[in-house]
Amino acid sequence: MNALDILLWVVVPYVSLAIFVVGHYWRYKYDKFGWTTRSSQLYESRLLRWGSPLFHFGILFVLLGHVAGLGIPKSWTNAVGLSEEGYHAMAVVTGAIAGFCTLVGLAILIYRRRTVGPVFSATTRNDKFMYVVLTATILFGLSNTVLGALGQEGVDYRDTVSPWFRSIFYLQPRPELMAEAGVGFRLHALSALLLFAIWPFTRLVHVFSAPLGYLTRPYIVYRSRDAQLGTRPVPRGWERVGGGRR
Amino acid sequence: MRVMAQMGMVMNLDKCIGCHTCSVTCKQAWTNRSGVEYVWFNNVETRPGQGYPRTYEDQEKWRGGWQVGRNGRLQLRTGSRLKRLLQIFSSPVQPSINDYYEPWTYDYETLTNAPVQEHTPVARPRSLLTNKPMNIEWSANWDDNLGGAPELTQDDPVLKKISAEIKDKFEQTYMFYLPRICEHCINPSCAASCPSGAIYKREEDGIVLVDQDRCRGWRQCVTGCPYKKIYFNHRTGKAEKCTFCFPRVEVGIPTVCSETCVGRLRYIGIVLYDADKVLEAASTPDDRDLYAAQRSILLDPHDPEVIRAAEQAGISRDWIESAQRSPIYALINRFEVALPLHPEYRTMPMVWYIPPLSPVVDALTDTGHDGEDVGNIFGAIESLRIPVEYLAELFTAGDTNLVTGVLKKLGAMRSYMRDLNLGRPADESIATAIGMTGRDIEDMHRLLGVAKYDERYVIPLAHAEQGPGQEEFDSGCSLDYDEGPGMGGWGPFGETSGGSTPIAVENFHMLAARQTADTMAAPGSKDQRVNLLNWDGKGAPEGLFPSRPEDSEALHGPDGGGVGDDSPAVRDPRP
Ligand code: HEM
Ligand code: SF4
Ligand code: SF4
Repeated sequence: MNALDILLWVVVPYVSLAIFVVGHYWRYKYDKFGWTTRSSQLYESRLLRWGSPLFHFGILFVLLGHVAGLGIPKSWTNAVGLSEEGYHAMAVVTGAIAGFCTLVGLAILIYRRRTVGPVFSATTRNDKFMYVVLTATILFGLSNTVLGALGQEGVDYRDTVSPWFRSIFYLQPRPELMAEAGVGFRLHALSALLLFAIWPFTRLVHVFSAPLGYLTRPYIVYRSRDAQLGTRPVPRGWERVGGGRR
Repeated sequence: MRVMAQMGMVMNLDKCIGCHTCSVTCKQAWTNRSGVEYVWFNNVETRPGQGYPRTYEDQEKWRGGWQVGRNGRLQLRTGSRLKRLLQIFSSPVQPSINDYYEPWTYDYETLTNAPVQEHTPVARPRSLLTNKPMNIEWSANWDDNLGGAPELTQDDPVLKKISAEIKDKFEQTYMFYLPRICEHCINPSCAASCPSGAIYKREEDGIVLVDQDRCRGWRQCVTGCPYKKIYFNHRTGKAEKCTFCFPRVEVGIPTVCSETCVGRLRYIGIVLYDADKVLEAASTPDDRDLYAAQRSILLDPHDPEVIRAAEQAGISRDWIESAQRSPIYALINRFEVALPLHPEYRTMPMVWYIPPLSPVVDALTDTGHDGEDVGNIFGAIESLRIPVEYLAELFTAGDTNLVTGVLKKLGAMRSYMRDLNLGRPADESIATAIGMTGRDIEDMHRLLGVAKYDERYVIPLAHAEQGPGQEEFDSGCSLDYDEGPGMGGWGPFGETSGGSTPIAVENFHMLAARQTADTMAAPGSKDQRVNLLNWDGKGAPEGLFPSRPEDSEALHGPDGGGVGDDSPAVRDPRP
């Protein structure tokens, strides 16, 4: 283990996660207006119709897979009697299917971004950079899965990457584990860390407003008029009757 | 009884001349920004016609509004909440920009920059979405005045519902205008389909608004609204809609569209309704009973019982008095001449219409009859069933009796008042024939014909005794708001980030930017587009007029010849 390892697997992760958390807080506080999917369906829906659901359902499954693979220690799955081979077969099959859907969806989305005139004009530099990092992360990740399925992979990631990932959250980082992991995994982890660092500043923030509350709230929302009339704050001394104490 | 107040509007279609003043002034006030180039919060459609966006009334296709499910319960037409969430990644039915129209500007610059040539240079249209040259093939008003009929009118969803033989006659005989804004529904399906809960109905006056800070751009409301009066701002990624000009209404001034309406055909007022009965009324099984159901939830503001309940609900005295003087309530429930637009969408719309009688009278006069004789009019309404069927599809879910009843009232009013105007004795039998009294008819005539500003607009003030700082009584500084100054620009993440800029401020900056921009059709920054429609005639946008050629000195010589150098005509050729 050398300084580089410490930099890559201790410093970078903490910096990236800190940016992720503080960045979201900061953006939510100061840029609620910019917090949107910036849907482009108004311009085009034929390609979106396929690309977006493929990508989204794929990536949500991939996300679940990561929670399972990174979050659940090997000892637990062993304890419930799931064999090594069984676990891997399951992970590789579902991972490959979900990853493949994601990739195809992503390809359609990117093709659409590039070729449909109005969508292209509405693509910002921020979007392009986000797409590069996102695509890289997904490609590295999927190649790991595929190589793993072909048996090319050296060390089991559940002995290296996963404990390292968890160690970050225990605040007892174990960079030496990552030093052992394969190049593919290291690249995947690094690009993911970069993705987390830019996440709060891109359109990806929409993930955190996934509208689950919709399932339970009443259909029609009533709200009282803002205490403030018009678009200006009330000048001092002109507060509404009873409004000043609220 | 849970009393709530609701702001509403009634439009008298007989008086609409289709001048689009309302649309243009509304656009100037609210949607004169990039991202909403294609958006008309107020639009005026020629009927029969496809409307804007095209064929929006075909709910089999666009699936807006509510329907009664098999279990008898009210449900959004797009299905259950879970189903809609699963389809959120790509909405199955959302109008695309082509269903509205692709917004464009013209290459005005070529008019002034073109070299000397044989033919007059032409300003070519350019898309405001891609900046590329484009062909103009559709617009918000392509079939204005039956333009393109009969080919285009064939696709009118309302016309499709009435029989073929009637259709043909209709196209030869009639047309009328239908100005539309958001209906500020009592049971808004836009709000019900918003996953974030960003669309809300204001408790005080029922105005339906989109919270720009809570909207996350899921664009479900666009599908949800059957009137297609929610628009997606493709630049900011947020939904926008007609605001009933709330900054004006709050201080007692009518909306911009009403204020500027040339025909003075719009009425604004409040009604009181029973919020506990809304769901039941909206779930009425038969479409044709919805008109009556909606009227039944409106409360009589003179009823002491209602007044007491309203006061308990915190509605202030001046609001109750406004409800009593409300022209809306009078037209809907006292005279019963106003009808809701498409009650079958079950959103309980609150912009109502007095159906047009004039086509009938005109057709009658054309055949050499006295178009204002009550017997003739009644006969004509019965026999000329053509517009009645069409109007019924628009206003009463197909119940022609209701429309005939209203048209008879309007016809009877003309006959009755004609006698009075000609100094003849009033013919009370005309009034009884339509179930009214002479007094009612005179009141109705006054409201429809001679009512002045303060009778057409009875708008109670919002209760915030604020004095200065209100939007329209402008005495404060326009930079005084949350994130100001430094507004007009975007936040740190480029376009569309940062706090939302008040529209008045954004418009001000856009206008200033346009007037100083040196490019016309396709400037680098989208907020500098020059659009002659938006030019208010003040100041001369750079490039609108050719600058004085450098060599004019040579022409006149350094000491001037002909016109003096100081003459403003030479120094500045601009107006
Ligand atoms: C959790 C639930 C999520 C919901 C409800 C959701 C919803 C949406 C919606 C409505 C759009 C706009 C599509 C359009 O009309 O143009 C969108 C776009 C997008 N979403 Fe999501 N999303 C979710 C999660 C994610 C995740 C986890 C990612 C990736 C890490 C992601 C990445 C994207 C990207 C890249 C786009 C842009 C697509 C394009 O137009 O090129 N989303 N999302
Ligand atoms: S007409 Fe207005 S209030 Fe009614 S559903 Fe549409 S946007 Fe909502
Ligand atoms: S301004 Fe009045 S008369 Fe003119 S189109 Fe609008 S509603 Fe009709």
